[in-house]
Amino acid sequence: MISVHLIIFLIFGAVCVAGAINLLAQTHPINSALSLVVVMGALAVEYLLLGAEFVAAVQVIVYAGAIMVLFVFVIMLLNAGKEERTKGGSYVAMIVGIPGMLAGSVLVAWVLLTHSGTNSVAAGALPGSPTQLAPLLFHEFLLPFEVTSILVLVAIMGAVVLASHPNADQKKEKA
Amino acid sequence: MNIVPFIIFAVIKIALALFVLLTAVAYTVWLERKVVGRIQNRWGPTRVGPFGLLQPAADGVKFIFKEDLTPPHVYKPLYIAAPIIAVVFALTSIALIPVGNDVTVLGYTIPLQIADVNIGLLIVLGITSLGVYGIALSGWSSNSKYSLLGGLRASAQMISYEIALGLSLVGVLILAGSLSLREIVEAQSGHFFGFIPNWNIFHGLQIVGFFVYIMAAYAETNRIPFDLPEAETELVAGYHTEYSAMKFAMFFMAEYANMITVACLASLLFLGGWSGPVVGPPIVRALLPVLWFSLRIFIFLFIYIWVRGTLPRFRYDQLMSFGWKFLLPLAIANLVITALVVVLVN
Repeated sequence: MISVHLIIFLIFGAVCVAGAINLLAQTHPINSALSLVVVMGALAVEYLLLGAEFVAAVQVIVYAGAIMVLFVFVIMLLNAGKEERTKGGSYVAMIVGIPGMLAGSVLVAWVLLTHSGTNSVAAGALPGSPTQLAPLLFHEFLLPFEVTSILVLVAIMGAVVLASHPNADQKKEKA
Repeated sequence: MNIVPFIIFAVIKIALALFVLLTAVAYTVWLERKVVGRIQNRWGPTRVGPFGLLQPAADGVKFIFKEDLTPPHVYKPLYIAAPIIAVVFALTSIALIPVGNDVTVLGYTIPLQIADVNIGLLIVLGITSLGVYGIALSGWSSNSKYSLLGGLRASAQMISYEIALGLSLVGVLILAGSLSLREIVEAQSGHFFGFIPNWNIFHGLQIVGFFVYIMAAYAETNRIPFDLPEAETELVAGYHTEYSAMKFAMFFMAEYANMITVACLASLLFLGGWSGPVVGPPIVRALLPVLWFSLRIFIFLFIYIWVRGTLPRFRYDQLMSFGWKFLLPLAIANLVITALVVVLVN
């Protein structure tokens, strides 16, 4: 039975894949970044159709609205130019890579569908409202949640350490 | 409700909301020129129509007939897309804003809101957070140093203040227990001590949250005293330096539409939405809440303009340290205290 939900789901799935392919095909970093924004937006619609409305909103606010803005910000700041393509080898990559990738994804899908014991999720089936999500995040999965936050914090601190030059004078001399 | 009347009413509501919003945008510009004029001891627009009231129409005609310049060396696809992105996201968020109680027309009960979504507030925040792309991309694609600096400033500023803005709203959400804008307003109905309205700013003691929200919202809409992205003394006009005619007007419309959205959210979340005395025959009863809501928005817009006429611009480092070192801790403290009070009272 084909419902409107399924049709919209398939359309946005196609948008998602097309955005991802466009991300790889574009030569300019800012076009790639914007393709990724499209992927994020299409993913948010998919979450919404599955019933995970809170995750969909967070996907837009956090990924499309904040993280990707930072990506674009960095690209603007560095004024990154066009990607330099290496000549040759790309045909081999296309001939071997695309069928290989397709075979790999079919394999993964087959394993997931046959051995995980779950069927595909029906539209609107996920418990997605904030009141259903909050007990999961802050009671059942509190420890993984907090550990993930600490992991992100460690990564940020690492980035700060890497970015800050303890001896700024040396940097000046080099420049 | 059947699908056909639903669609008819939805189309009518969308058309009406767009018309009212665009008119409000045009007359906010007029109001700004008038009020700032009077603050600076001059008259503002007076020539076109009585009190210059037709000035927005004249400006619109001018924008349409001006030459639409595209400078050489711009990155054309994004140069054209940027103002569209800015104005589309600015105008879309009005769809989630409720403006009054349900009204009954021809036997159908119609909510005065285009889309009543149970996570309405999050969607408004999501849409407004995407609006920054218009500004960032216009700055980058113009291929001009002033535009680029304006775009960089805007994106850094908007990301920084979005955090304080979001956290300042969580206190309200804890009190209301809902993300639906309509339910948040309904949770604020009634009075306490007999006469003080149950608004979140009084009853929920969200005055700190309100303060953080207003400060962050001024920064999010790039208005004085946080209008660094278009600081004309240093950046010509910032991100829209290279734009002319209708493309420039679209950035202008986006800015004022965002101001109106901010005013709507502030009224809904902190000031009781459309609550107010309702008397008279049914038609007046249905429309008075809309009037009370519009009055709050007018006051907000007036304060926006008043601030513009009064305050100087911050320095960029002041802007950043204000956002990260003052507003953000204040918003977190407000959140913790509100959560503690709610837990202890219940």
